[in-house]
Amino acid sequence: MTHAPKFSPLPNNPPPFAGAPKIRGAKLGLDPRAVKRDFPIFEHNPGLVFLDSAASAQKPAAVIDHVAEFYRSDYANVHRGVYRLSARSSDRYEGARETVRKFLNAASADEIVFVRGATEGINLVAYSWGMAFLQPGDEVLITELEHHANIVPWQLIRERTGLKLIVAPIDASGGIDLAAFEARLSRRTKLVAVTHLANATGAILPVETMARLAHEHGAKILVDGCQAAPRLPVDVRALDCDFYVFSGHKIYGPTGIGVLYAKGEILEAMPPWQGGGDMIEQVTFEKTTFQHPPHRFEAGTPDISGAIGLAFALDYIEALGRGAIFAHEEELTGYGVDTLSRLPGIRLVPAGQRRLGILSIDVPGIHPHDLATVLDQHHVAVRAGHHCAQPLMDKLGLAGTTRASLGIYNDERDIDSLAAALAAAQKLFT
Amino acid sequence: MDARELYQDIILDHGRHPRNFRELPQATNLAHGHNPLCGDRVTVYLELDGDRIKDLSFDGRGCAISTASASLMTEVLKGKTLAEADALFKGFHAEVTGKAVPRLPDALAEDMERLAPLEGVRAYPTRVKCATLAWHAFEAALKNGAAGTVATVKTE
Ligand SMILES: Cc1ncc(COP(=O)(O)O)c(C=O)c1O
Repeated sequence: MTHAPKFSPLPNNPPPFAGAPKIRGAKLGLDPRAVKRDFPIFEHNPGLVFLDSAASAQKPAAVIDHVAEFYRSDYANVHRGVYRLSARSSDRYEGARETVRKFLNAASADEIVFVRGATEGINLVAYSWGMAFLQPGDEVLITELEHHANIVPWQLIRERTGLKLIVAPIDASGGIDLAAFEARLSRRTKLVAVTHLANATGAILPVETMARLAHEHGAKILVDGCQAAPRLPVDVRALDCDFYVFSGHKIYGPTGIGVLYAKGEILEAMPPWQGGGDMIEQVTFEKTTFQHPPHRFEAGTPDISGAIGLAFALDYIEALGRGAIFAHEEELTGYGVDTLSRLPGIRLVPAGQRRLGILSIDVPGIHPHDLATVLDQHHVAVRAGHHCAQPLMDKLGLAGTTRASLGIYNDERDIDSLAAALAAAQKLFT
Repeated sequence: MDARELYQDIILDHGRHPRNFRELPQATNLAHGHNPLCGDRVTVYLELDGDRIKDLSFDGRGCAISTASASLMTEVLKGKTLAEADALFKGFHAEVTGKAVPRLPDALAEDMERLAPLEGVRAYPTRVKCATLAWHAFEAALKNGAAGTVATVKTE
């Protein structure tokens, strides 16, 4: 393998070097079979039917190789060294921030904070913004569709702030009951914190409408984009959300990196969350003044290669075309719904009027873990259990479900393999 | 490994039709077992007579493996002394986790044989917890002593 030239361009413009595959299917509509060849995991695991991208997506060679290439050619700590190599590393790190800005259509790269993942992003908002601005009796409104990551942080700061956690219910179709949501908004509502796409069922929430309603009541809105960012075009200005979080590893990027977007004036008003290097302006033992955002929220050496890897992943999916990815996910979801609905004894957990990328399956009489073990025997990798959404499972009256989730490398054959494996499991257990 | 090697007929049978699946009103000891990974719950009830297990039963919800394991456990432990039960637990635990199996008294060989169909979980590290859940609850029930005390046991 030959390597990139020493002075690689910024990651929003990935350097062409041998070993990084050309991006296929761009703009022509997406060809999942060609995309699959970009993901080495499938070469190393022939026959793998990977239907667990909602838990964590696989990584294209473009990400794996470029991260290695970055370590080989441009690595040093960021924002510290006066030497040129450190400046180059810093440029690439800040270049990654700019890639994320474009990806979300944020107004400024200063609105992009690198965090460990969505979980850390939500915790940052809770402990910085929440602890500073929430008063006893203030309400945080979530929904029944939330991941534990968007429930537990609010419970953790409830004791310290006196906030009240209010939950908006789903309707019979499994979607958010918008009237009930609106009825729970009041002057006491200070924050609406909702998922963009429910990880346990695949329901898409009308976050644009929810943002408008939240703002009409003077509340801010945080959107958990973990499952939406890899599947839907996301424009934080069009959504007019105040906070948006997502995780790198679910969007074909590395683990350990994620993004918190927040509107500039909100970030500016937020106190630091963690203290350390890189987030300070001046330190004496008496008093420390803090950097402006985003660096105020990035204490310590950040996940430099993670941020750069994430930028490569975003470049990769931008090149495929986010419209094309959305169309692909929609089409394959439709095929999955049709295929599974025809199987006797199998029930799809309802996901409202708009389901995307996630098929949550209930087979009455077969425990999800038994089902997933048998599917694994057929090389079908799915997630089984409560999907970190226990309150939702309780509401649905289920101990758990078996969840197949779709990515850009999946095609109809994967759904057919799933259907065949489900039939084999039914035969075994009944 | 084929799914049938894990899901042998005896497992499927005990999974579908668990034995001793009921509350034990006269229980002297009980404990709740909970596997936070999957949300499975089991309650194990014991009626002790001195150091002998006069009766035991379980209820709750779980997968085929955990239900079958609980069911088989109640069958082999009924009538045993606490020392025998402890030896069986150690032997079973070693079998399913792939560790060296301690030497057991010959009198328990047949009981170990009855538990053998569960050994298939060894090839499925994520499912070992399912097979040991009820046994951990049993141990907790012994420790709990007086009736009504409750402990949530973790697995592995
Ligand atoms: C909707 C949603 N929110 C939050 C998370 C937490 O993401 P992470 O574990 O990457 O922080 C997940 C992932 O499981 C998710 O699906």
